Amino acid sequence: MVHGEAWTIKEFFVYPNEYIYWTIQIVMYPFMTGLVAGAFVLSSLYHVFGVKQLKEIARFSLVFSFALLPVAMMPLMLHLQQPQRGIEVMMTPHFTSAIAAFGIVFTTYAMIVASELWFVYRKYFVDTALELRQLGDKRTPVQNFRHLLYTVLTLGAWDVGEHALEKDEKAVKFLAGLGIPVACFLHGYAGFIFGSVKANALWMTPLMPVIFICSAVVSGIALCIITYVVTMELRKLIYAWQRRNKPYLPSTEELKSAELHVVTMTTKYLVMFLVLAITLELLDLIFRGYTAVKSWDILRKVIYEKDFTKIFILQYGFGNLLPFILLLLPRLTIRRAVAATLMVLVGVFMMRWNVVIGGQAFSASYSGFMEYVLPIWPHDMETFKEGFFGALMVLLTPYVLFYGLTKVMPVFGLKEDSH
Amino acid sequence: MKNHVLRPLFLVIGVVLLFLAARTVLVPADFGVHERGYMYGWYRKGNEAEWKAVKVKYKTVAYCKECHRDKYDDIKSSPHANIECENCHGPALGHPDDPPTLSIDRRREHCIRCHARLPYKTSGRGDIRGINPLTHHVEAECTMCHYPHNPKREVKK
Amino acid sequence: MINRRDFCKKALLVAGGLAIPLTALEIFNPRRLRAEKSGSGKVRWVFLVDTHKCVGCGLCVRACKIENEVPYDANVTRTWVERYVVTKDGKIHVDSPKGALDGFTSTKIDQGAEHPLEIRNEDIDKAFFVPKLCNQCDNPPCVQVCPVGATYQTEDGVVLVDRSWCIGCGYCIMGCPYGVRFFHPVHRVAEKCNFCYHRISKGMKSACVDACPFGARRIGNIKDPNDPVTKIIMTERVAILKEEYGTKPQVFYLGLSREVK
Repeated sequence: MVHGEAWTIKEFFVYPNEYIYWTIQIVMYPFMTGLVAGAFVLSSLYHVFGVKQLKEIARFSLVFSFALLPVAMMPLMLHLQQPQRGIEVMMTPHFTSAIAAFGIVFTTYAMIVASELWFVYRKYFVDTALELRQLGDKRTPVQNFRHLLYTVLTLGAWDVGEHALEKDEKAVKFLAGLGIPVACFLHGYAGFIFGSVKANALWMTPLMPVIFICSAVVSGIALCIITYVVTMELRKLIYAWQRRNKPYLPSTEELKSAELHVVTMTTKYLVMFLVLAITLELLDLIFRGYTAVKSWDILRKVIYEKDFTKIFILQYGFGNLLPFILLLLPRLTIRRAVAATLMVLVGVFMMRWNVVIGGQAFSASYSGFMEYVLPIWPHDMETFKEGFFGALMVLLTPYVLFYGLTKVMPVFGLKEDSH
Repeated sequence: MKNHVLRPLFLVIGVVLLFLAARTVLVPADFGVHERGYMYGWYRKGNEAEWKAVKVKYKTVAYCKECHRDKYDDIKSSPHANIECENCHGPALGHPDDPPTLSIDRRREHCIRCHARLPYKTSGRGDIRGINPLTHHVEAECTMCHYPHNPKREVKK
Repeated sequence: MINRRDFCKKALLVAGGLAIPLTALEIFNPRRLRAEKSGSGKVRWVFLVDTHKCVGCGLCVRACKIENEVPYDANVTRTWVERYVVTKDGKIHVDSPKGALDGFTSTKIDQGAEHPLEIRNEDIDKAFFVPKLCNQCDNPPCVQVCPVGATYQTEDGVVLVDRSWCIGCGYCIMGCPYGVRFFHPVHRVAEKCNFCYHRISKGMKSACVDACPFGARRIGNIKDPNDPVTKIIMTERVAILKEEYGTKPQVFYLGLSREVK
């Protein structure tokens, strides 16, 4: 069977070779990179601009951003017909292609985040390594491994004097500052991949990269809020259980108020970027309708008829307007914030969907339509990769990675917060 | 102790150098910018030859008439003169060595490509003598009555 | 004073530097970059389609598929034929069932998932067929967007795909306004019409040109002023498809109508 045939329904005249070639994984790709970029920008708000209220969530979102990084690449690998050749993007990059820069931008970004993490956690690495070293021969095999790991992670920089730590802090600030434009570039350029396709009437707009960045920050912040709340709730449960033995742990009420404070502050930034994203998207829509070039006839049918529910109800209504109201109503509660941010995530996901799938919902002949039927139960590798479960796998992997990362770089409960 | 701040940078540089070394090994030597410049001519030169080496399957009438001169003359004096032998007899490939015989497409579906009547006056199709394949001797192969090399001639029974 | 640590570091750096030949740094060579874009070669392949002559038999599609080893029944094809039927109410009906692999044998218009549309003879204002194939554009957007240099334009203007280098991202398929590209069902890489490069480089014509009994398809070299195809393109009124994309297509059409997509 031809690639794309399994999930494409054609209606009226569509060129024989046209299928929905870019599917759920290409929806996941900008969604996941958006989360990476958003999470990083959130952490930088604290490190660079000194937004003190975000202190708690800053380190958290930095580690989370690192956990999301490999996952931004995953949908691409799952989408490629020849994933084993993916490395060629770095071997023989063809820079006239928007995709060619991916390897380089992505790696640069990964290195910046990794370095920043190293500076943030260096003291912890050194302390832990020294602690384990003191155990000497009494180390268990696991401790031996951890000792080795942390020793390597220090990169031989054992100095944790005040002067050295100050330098660390400066480096973090520098990297966080450097990271913002790179994160924006990483994601803005994901928008460029679509915006520069002149063959696609829906995609081609110079606003695409900007829209992508704004919605990326929105989704990134939203995901950080949710994940933060979830981990805080877990901590509450664990602490409540542990407090019997360790009375010095913070009480549930203390945690709760801290949690609400962080969430309230973060949602303010969320709303700000949300407004920006919606403004740009509406501008794009109005402009297309007003200028009404050749492609508008078919675009109008796609936007106002075929995809009406997905665009105006799910994306703008449920995903933008409703959470907007929920977040702006006075006396925000954690529960309301979580509900709103979940909706925002759905909204951003639908936006990606409507761009990627919506852009392929009509034929380049402008005289026919294509419908994407998301494969749910996979009956072969292809329908798994580019179906519901493939997407689910991509969605869940960052949490597995995050869990693994926090084993090495704990996000909460460090003895002393230096940053 | 010396400045530790640059350690990650050294690590990065090391990785980049390692990568560049790997690149020299993994990228074919003939990969580079060719005639059409970087935008349109950034490729592995050797691939051109690979495409040129694809096997030719349709050898055209010039090849067929070497041996089948009688058939060639037959069809050349008929309204079907412009139809290449291989359109019905299949690609010659290595014939007569490989395959020794070709399979002839005698199906109705093959004839009605042109002879299913379509009433398109503004297209050449409207001028071709045609039938309604759903009603015109549905059970029979066209060649039972029509001699394909010269449809004007009676079929030799 | 140089201590041991510094010495080790520097020695490693020097050794590393020596180990990486300068060629490793050559992403592209400026001297070669200057190579003339239009090329100095003597050949530039172009195609001429006469829509007046096409009857929609689809023999070209069949020959193409066999010649170029695209699985016969797969619903993708390097070339195809479209049928346009304009009715008296001004509606334009277009179809190309299976790319016209088996020609057009019914008056019913294929509408994909919708029911086929029966059009009465007396309602037809005009009807005609248009063969399509890769335009081998002078500014091929599909080549521009390939991230790895797996598709390229040869000096004689044909756009080829390197099957051993294509990563299968599909960006070229998205970048082509004419919908000529697809994934090869067997090789799982981007696939497209290449004017039968193996034939034209041996002095033959492309398989579709040879298969067409009506002379609707012709291939020629635009740089040869004596080539009959060149003469027609230069002296007669020819049109190209989707000029607005700036791709500079090199497949020329005689008798192209405004309805053609």
